Amino acid sequence: MDAILLQIFNGLDKGSAYALIALGLTLIFGTLGVVNFAHGALFMIGAFCAVTLQRILNLSYEVIDETQKDFLGNPLKVKTPYVESWFGPEMGGAIIDWAVPLAILFAIPIMIAIGFIMERGLIKHFYKRAHADQILVTFGLAIVLQEVIKYFYGANPIQTPSPEALSGVANVGAVFGMDIVYPVWRIVYFCFSVLIIGAIFSFLQFTTFGMVVRAGMADRETVGLLGINIDRRFTIMFGIAAAVAGLAGVMYTPINSPNYHMGMDFLVLSFVVVVVGGMGSLPGAVLAGFMLGILESFASMNEIKSIIPGIDQIIIYVVAIIILLTRPRGLMGRKGVMEE
Amino acid sequence: MGILEVKNVGKRFGGLQALSEVNLSVKENSVHAIIGPNGAGKSTLLNCLVGKLIPDTGSVMFDGQSVLGRAPYEINQMGISRVFQTPEIFGDLTVLENMMIPCFAKRDGAFELNAIPSVFSQKDILEKAENMLEEMNMADKRHMHAAAMSRGDKRRLEIGMCLSQEPRLLLLDEPTAGMARADTNNTIDLLKQISDERDITIAIIEHDMHVVFSLANRITVLAQGTPLVEDDPENIRGNPKVREAYLGESA
Amino acid sequence: MFGLEKKDMRMLMIVAILTLCAPFILNPFPTDSALAQFNAGYPDLMQRFVIFGIFAIGFNILFGLTGYLSFGHAAFLGVGSYSAVWMFKLLSMNVVPAIMLSVVIAGIFALLIGYVSLRRSGIYFSILTLAFAQMSFNLAYSVLTPITNGETGLQLTLEDPRVLGVSATADGSIPVTNLFGLEMRSTFEMAVGPWAFQFNAGYYLCALILLASFYLSIRIFRSPFGMMLRAVKSNQQRMNYTGLNSRPYTLAAFVISGMYAGLAGGLMASMDPLAGAERMQWTASGEVVLMTILGGAGTLIGPVLGAGFIKYFENIFSKINDNVLHSWFSFMPDGMEDFVVFVIHPFIGKGWHLTLGILFMLVVIFLPGGLVEGGQRIAGWFKGRKSSEKSASGKTNPAE
Repeated sequence: MDAILLQIFNGLDKGSAYALIALGLTLIFGTLGVVNFAHGALFMIGAFCAVTLQRILNLSYEVIDETQKDFLGNPLKVKTPYVESWFGPEMGGAIIDWAVPLAILFAIPIMIAIGFIMERGLIKHFYKRAHADQILVTFGLAIVLQEVIKYFYGANPIQTPSPEALSGVANVGAVFGMDIVYPVWRIVYFCFSVLIIGAIFSFLQFTTFGMVVRAGMADRETVGLLGINIDRRFTIMFGIAAAVAGLAGVMYTPINSPNYHMGMDFLVLSFVVVVVGGMGSLPGAVLAGFMLGILESFASMNEIKSIIPGIDQIIIYVVAIIILLTRPRGLMGRKGVMEE
Repeated sequence: MGILEVKNVGKRFGGLQALSEVNLSVKENSVHAIIGPNGAGKSTLLNCLVGKLIPDTGSVMFDGQSVLGRAPYEINQMGISRVFQTPEIFGDLTVLENMMIPCFAKRDGAFELNAIPSVFSQKDILEKAENMLEEMNMADKRHMHAAAMSRGDKRRLEIGMCLSQEPRLLLLDEPTAGMARADTNNTIDLLKQISDERDITIAIIEHDMHVVFSLANRITVLAQGTPLVEDDPENIRGNPKVREAYLGESA
Repeated sequence: MFGLEKKDMRMLMIVAILTLCAPFILNPFPTDSALAQFNAGYPDLMQRFVIFGIFAIGFNILFGLTGYLSFGHAAFLGVGSYSAVWMFKLLSMNVVPAIMLSVVIAGIFALLIGYVSLRRSGIYFSILTLAFAQMSFNLAYSVLTPITNGETGLQLTLEDPRVLGVSATADGSIPVTNLFGLEMRSTFEMAVGPWAFQFNAGYYLCALILLASFYLSIRIFRSPFGMMLRAVKSNQQRMNYTGLNSRPYTLAAFVISGMYAGLAGGLMASMDPLAGAERMQWTASGEVVLMTILGGAGTLIGPVLGAGFIKYFENIFSKINDNVLHSWFSFMPDGMEDFVVFVIHPFIGKGWHLTLGILFMLVVIFLPGGLVEGGQRIAGWFKGRKSSEKSASGKTNPAE
């Protein structure tokens, strides 16, 4: 029982990331009818927002500290981050320590701006073109974004630690009267993604804006006929989807040190998640994201790997293929979406 | 016993009973029109005949064989060709190629890996397609992109494509919808000519009463998913039930 | 001749002349000159041109004709490479059985993957093929290590139990691939004045196979089967209501293009007997998509042009570094020179992928018909008004 619970927990963080990316993908597909192969790159850019903020906060100037000498007896040069000199060493140190959560504030405007630019500058011109063209142009964009990041940040993963206070482990099993030790940050990540998912759903459910978007997802032409400017709303929707992917990336950095191709790795799996959940279905994307994340974590248990070696590497694809063959519409796909 | 026998067909979409207890018998070599107000279930019925939908109940027999559960291409190979409301043609191909494809389908069946000889070495196909183009009066357009033609020409091409398969039953779904009067009359003449000169049965779904009464020699009126009456055109004209269905007057 | 129309025959002849004379055409600059870095007449590079040409020709049979965009074709190339290396390890260093096996195995793989993927169309198909390719990559990279040798890649060793042939040559090295005794690596060098031309046996084998593949693809394009594939792309609904079952048509196209990919993979291994999982990555699939589109999807010559174009510039761009740039722009004032070099720097050397990505986007946005369409447009400008009248009729032959 402990082992099973532990695997469920282990699957949650990856599942959260899948769910958040897939949510944005399916939102874009449902509203704009565009398949965005650059969505993984948005996740990656989000992660690099955290890296950038961390670097900015660590910008330092050198002072000569007369009290400290090196072994030759010369005064030692000490690097002091500007933040520390502005806010005092304690406050400044805390700010640097909390770089990743702070990067959320930093990333939101950047991601929304990138989303707007992408939609207005590129995607907009592809609404009326074939899906193959959409796939190709966003695929090209993904390569470009990835290479740009590689140019500025190099090819190696960059360590981005979580705040000291959240970097330990906690016994989450205590709630169930069991002994399950689990990293705190992953719990934070899970809670964070639940929060975001909840926010998106309530936004779509309870605001007029969300109502129009949902109506647009169901029947774009009719909503357009009503004289509602859905195009602008869809642009905003694209910005939101970009921000969701970006935030998923920001918070993921302490779990996996970001590198330039992390977006591509997640993109393929997120597509599988969207397809399994059902193209255009938001609850489907979330459900399938967590389901596949947990499934993957179960498959990587040693007990299972000893029966079928390497199953953890392919389980998601196998499940996706089986589901697509038996339920072509996905778990919660609506009728009539992307069918011949 | 007609060539097409529809018995007790019912189809439900969620809470909507689109068709219930539809009985229909189309006699060989007749022109049978199915009319009815919007939402009467005409299109649903047609889709059940060609394999796009499978009815929940009842049977559809074509020439003594059931069509239910067969894929559209299989039903087509049995001898039912369909003309769509908006012309469905191969827009990226030339008119001649459009006409050759059904000829290949007739000769080679649903699939043939004929990958080495050139298309134009298939003299029998080429000749048949050219003849059909002559017959449709579009031989001069043979090298045109099909998508570049006028709507009336696309309709002619589509009908010609269906005829090159030598079907026994031709199904037409509002063939004159959205057409100008002149085009409509041309289409009526073409269909008349086809039914006179060929050994073919035509079933037509139509809104335009002018078209229906110029062509049909048997009419079924559908209302709310069920046949109201089936009779000869003269009797349909004066039938009060039909007037009621169309005008919504309560008796 | 060969059952081809005059126009197609001419195209085949052009490709034949280009490939057979490639050692001359690609080495226009004397060996010692400064421009020698733009030469591309080296055996391994020329081999890459034609092998990727074959890959793209095959991909075009699927994508260009049916419009089904596969993101998993690199998997078949990888499968072909692995099969060929295993044939070298177990049977003989002769390339013929190796290439045959790679085509057959890739065909079987394509049949399995295609059978499943083609149950869906549009983006679902693209995503399914992508998932299959990624799965194959994972299998090759880690799960099936006994067969693929994982990360390291599959290589020949001195202990290979070769049935027909020896494990090691007399001097203790690994035997080389050959065609009935003709070594693939053997190269004849011809020095003409300051020029040096290289004629490589392996290249000529690849070139001949490319010509055969190209010829076959012309036949397929012009056949009733090819017409049916274009019909699939144009209007599947009409196809189904014309008594044609589109699935076997698309599956046949998928398998044929998978076999082309396997052939390319087999040739790759025949030229250099190793196979690695990175050949199966989906970015590699993206590359062949790019070649086809850049050249002109659905055209006969396009994929060959696209493959040559990309492989040539990949080679050139990777060779250029800042020093080269500085020497080029040394005529400029210092500050400006540095600035120009600074601007160009991200796109050269290791930045080739960035250039590739930008190129990809530009082509999809501005030139969906690829180089062939670009060429036609330029030709149109020269012909002036004449072309505007002709363009309507010119369009009627999409398989140009």
